[in-house]
Amino acid sequence: MKADESLDCVGLYCPMPIVKTAEKIKQLKPGDVLEVLADDKGIKKDMPAWCEATGHECMGMEEAEGEIKVYVKKTHD
Amino acid sequence: MTETEKEKLTIVVFSGELDRALAAFMLATTGASMGMDVSMYFTFWGLNILKKNEGSIKSRGLMRRMFNRVNRGGSKRLKISRFNMFGLGTWMMKRLMKEINHPSLEELITMAQEMGVKLIPCTTSCGLMGIQEDGFRSGIESLAGAAFFLNEARQSKVTLFI
Repeated sequence: MKADESLDCVGLYCPMPIVKTAEKIKQLKPGDVLEVLADDKGIKKDMPAWCEATGHECMGMEEAEGEIKVYVKKTHD
Repeated sequence: MTETEKEKLTIVVFSGELDRALAAFMLATTGASMGMDVSMYFTFWGLNILKKNEGSIKSRGLMRRMFNRVNRGGSKRLKISRFNMFGLGTWMMKRLMKEINHPSLEELITMAQEMGVKLIPCTTSCGLMGIQEDGFRSGIESLAGAAFFLNEARQSKVTLFI
């Protein structure tokens, strides 16, 4: 999946990937897609939950060799 | 989301142990990152988390002065709730946290403040334990009582007691 920006959270445990995603999303424009890289498996449930709470869109996830890529689309400011 | 639409998260922090403080601040920062309006009320042992790390805690009366010496507090001095083993357990916990790049309690508190989480000490606990406003770290909201807290709690989507 193509992304406008990437955020590396590999090595960070919950809640840091979510906290950093919230920070980074502020810098994007509505419509932009953020790619978040993490290795904490919790993100598979955390990110959809964060998206549900904030209204942004969880576009999908890819997992390879222990590294998870999550794609989040900013829907509003 | 406008200010009026924000969901509230209220956390009562009664405990003064490192592990409980970490749990409280992890939940607070996560709530804030989800757009919630987060308030934390520190009462009894929870006040230890907000005490400043440097300097001495001034208080009036012999018993309170003795108490604040034995119970110095401050985010850097807190102990884990079990297996403290005279400080060895707490030291090990801090080492493990560094190993997995976990932010320290001090870093989490600063992060929470930067994200707009309100840190509120309880007036009665302050009076009981003899802690004045200058005994706390910077950036603390003014003291509040139980009625103020309960009014916030009744408007909160989520209320927690740690």
